[in-house]
Amino acid sequence: MAQPILSQKTSPSAERRASREESVIKLASKSASYIALAAATVLAGAAMADPDEDQLVINGEIEIVTETKAPAHVENFDTIYSGWRFRSDETQAFEIDDFDNPGMLGVEAALDVWATAEGSEGKSCADCHGEPDEMAGARAVYPKWNEEAGEVRTLEMQVNDCRETRMGAEAWKYNARGMTDMVALLSSVSRGMPMNVAIDGPAQSTWEKGKEIYYTRYGQLELSCANCHEDNYGNMIRADHLSQGQTNGFPTYRLKNTKLNSVHDRFKGCIRDTRAHTYAPGSPEFVALELYVASRGNGLSVEGPSVRN
Amino acid sequence: MKKTLGLASVVVACASLASAEAVAPTDVTYEEGAVTTSLSGTPGNPENGAKLMDKGVGNCIACHEVSALSHLAFQGNVGPSLDGAADRWSEAELRGLVANAKMTFEGTMMPSFYRTEGFIRPGNGYTGKPVEGDVQPLLSAQDVEDVVSFLMTLKD
Ligand code: HEC
Ligand code: HEC
Ligand code: HEC
Repeated sequence: MAQPILSQKTSPSAERRASREESVIKLASKSASYIALAAATVLAGAAMADPDEDQLVINGEIEIVTETKAPAHVENFDTIYSGWRFRSDETQAFEIDDFDNPGMLGVEAALDVWATAEGSEGKSCADCHGEPDEMAGARAVYPKWNEEAGEVRTLEMQVNDCRETRMGAEAWKYNARGMTDMVALLSSVSRGMPMNVAIDGPAQSTWEKGKEIYYTRYGQLELSCANCHEDNYGNMIRADHLSQGQTNGFPTYRLKNTKLNSVHDRFKGCIRDTRAHTYAPGSPEFVALELYVASRGNGLSVEGPSVRN
Repeated sequence: MKKTLGLASVVVACASLASAEAVAPTDVTYEEGAVTTSLSGTPGNPENGAKLMDKGVGNCIACHEVSALSHLAFQGNVGPSLDGAADRWSEAELRGLVANAKMTFEGTMMPSFYRTEGFIRPGNGYTGKPVEGDVQPLLSAQDVEDVVSFLMTLKD
């Protein structure tokens, strides 16, 4: 089983971490009791740095890849992990059976909407797309370049485009409950498929922009996504066990706010917590960031709707 | 009447004296990361310093373990344990670390607690909205002195 700390040897962050531990040990040599303490701290740190070893199979049939080799464009990781691997056994258990997964209530609500005609064209999603199963695979490749529109689209943008231009219905608010439920439905039929967003060709400039945002240290606390999710995944920040901040599990049902959360809701919360002025859900910045973050998870299974704390 | 007036002007004089002595965040002098002079001119209170280590603006234990504060649950490990910090660092070095750790550790993840400039999209606290007016430092001059005086008690 891969050991992130060891497998990360070449990353600058791992080196920083290692040299920090070294200096603690050096200082510790002053006193024997301190050596014991430092050793214990280092060991505890190492143990905590590991995502756990659990495997996820949903409903006894959908195998979820929660750990795999990092894609070549992810510079500082050898191995990528789903956020599921960093959660407690109790939280993890919610995902093992759909009957226990509160996120599936949103999927059920969206099933009704899927078959309901709306708008001036009097059409439902089902009229054009058939069963939701027909959408299997879409979640895995979004955000995706749309040639006709000349833009990178998230699933939310695509759904709203169908509503506005094909159904003659009103667009949903980007992170409205109904929208997130629909995205949960679309994700649920792709579960087990590998995330595989395209980052080259016309999507590349958007991807580059997302990457720049990922490494920008925002807010008065001056923290970038990478500070927490790249340099410190596996560590504790107060009560939170930091994951790699992957998006394969979205939408996520959070026990904290007892609802399904969209990717952009999560981005907003993470930036807000750096005492920064955030971007808005649906903004070009968050679309670019979503493409970049999703690409860091290429190879992990689509897992949404997942359960997190 | 005369008496009261006199008292009031004494109070005013004291207040302006105190604020004259506080070093503004933009005027702090760092020598290899260390800050020799007190930021507030008033000795720190370690008990209040211990409180600032917990949640709120300080929230040092979000990233650091401190055995002396073991009654506080969920101490993080993004940074090193602060046990024995006073054995490793002088008071001036600790003051510099708390005020702006980036002067000691280049590019460190530790926030700068007594700095007001150079931020990207600074927010209005944790509201996600843009800051209104000038950015206030995360800790006041006296808060920094209080935290430093607490750190000075962390000896093995
Ligand atoms: C009138 C027919 C029509 C209706 C109604 C409709 N769509 Fe679409 N939808 C399309 C067409 C055509 C495309 C392909 C468009 C394109 O590539 O730009 C599409 C594409 C999509 C895609 C992207 C699929 C992929 O593999 O990239 C999603 C997701 C989607 N629709 C969801 C919905 C949802 C959800 C609804 C109901 C709220 C809906 N659609 C209603 C016609 C429709
Ligand atoms: C101060 C640390 C911090 C920063 C900075 C931060 N996050 Fe997070 N993030 C967290 C914590 C804590 C969680 C919840 C635990 C976990 O999954 O890491 C989280 C969760 C997430 C998740 C959900 C993961 C899952 O599996 O459910 C995503 C996605 C994410 N963050 C993305 C980002 C992005 C993108 C940025 C930069 C804009 C960012 N984060 C910045 C602390 C941070
Ligand atoms: C976001 C995480 C974070 C927060 C919050 C934080 N620190 Fe740090 N701190 C670090 C890191 C990381 C280091 C290690 C320096 C490095 O290598 O980057 C550090 C280093 C230190 C050191 C020197 C380490 C030693 O040898 O003892 C001291 C002292 C310190 N911090 C005190 C504080 C105090 C006091 C606070 C609260 C006012 C605080 N820190 C808040 C992350 C943090």
